[in-house]
Amino acid sequence: MIKVQSEDFNVGAELSALTKGNHKIGGLAVFVGLVRDLATSGDISAMTLEHYPGMTEKLLARIEDEARERWPLEESLIIHRHGRLEPGDQIVMVATASTHRQAAFEACEFLMDWLKTKAPFWKLEEGPEGAKWVDARESDERAKERWQKVGRKVAGSES
Amino acid sequence: MRLIYFAWVKAMTGTAEEEVEIPGEVQNVTGLLDWLEARDPKYARAFSDRGAIRVAVNQEFARPGDPVTNSDEVAFFPPVTGG
Repeated sequence: MIKVQSEDFNVGAELSALTKGNHKIGGLAVFVGLVRDLATSGDISAMTLEHYPGMTEKLLARIEDEARERWPLEESLIIHRHGRLEPGDQIVMVATASTHRQAAFEACEFLMDWLKTKAPFWKLEEGPEGAKWVDARESDERAKERWQKVGRKVAGSES
Repeated sequence: MRLIYFAWVKAMTGTAEEEVEIPGEVQNVTGLLDWLEARDPKYARAFSDRGAIRVAVNQEFARPGDPVTNSDEVAFFPPVTGG
């Protein structure tokens, strides 16, 4: 499931809703991204996330489909916020549920690595020297690249 | 053709969205960037580092040689920084 929204989300409520009634789930992995106050250009007071409505949802759905092809997931959820956020606010949440933990852990990390380099979001940081668009990081691209080698289906593995 | 600009590309061109009619000689992404650069120095500055510009045609990432037509939606933006 994909949610692109400006509102905050409740991690506990989202996880309960995601797993409710599915007793094949034995492992649930979750990643939550928060706004840091120490950014590339010093202390930030806030940031604004811009995105490309339409393409964002399409790309996130495709990234989720890719994860579900590679790993035997029972459920998956990606929530990404847009708009103005302050340090400590939640930006992104990825949750993956599977029979066994390995698929859940790997798929969760895969989804984060892919969405960081594919989903059309841009961060504008507000700091002491004014507003600055955040540059893409080479390390994020490398984090995604490694999945082209090791990403795989783990159906049937006992983890 | 519907053109959309995001992040610092929008700030540099001073345009969020516009409708344009491209001439017949503009056939691909590179041709469109060249044509936009020639129209306005602001666009020329925004697109001066082609390696820093990402292009989506009809909401799909596009390469320099990919075709464009007047019925397309084309977006220009920097490398993404979400998550």
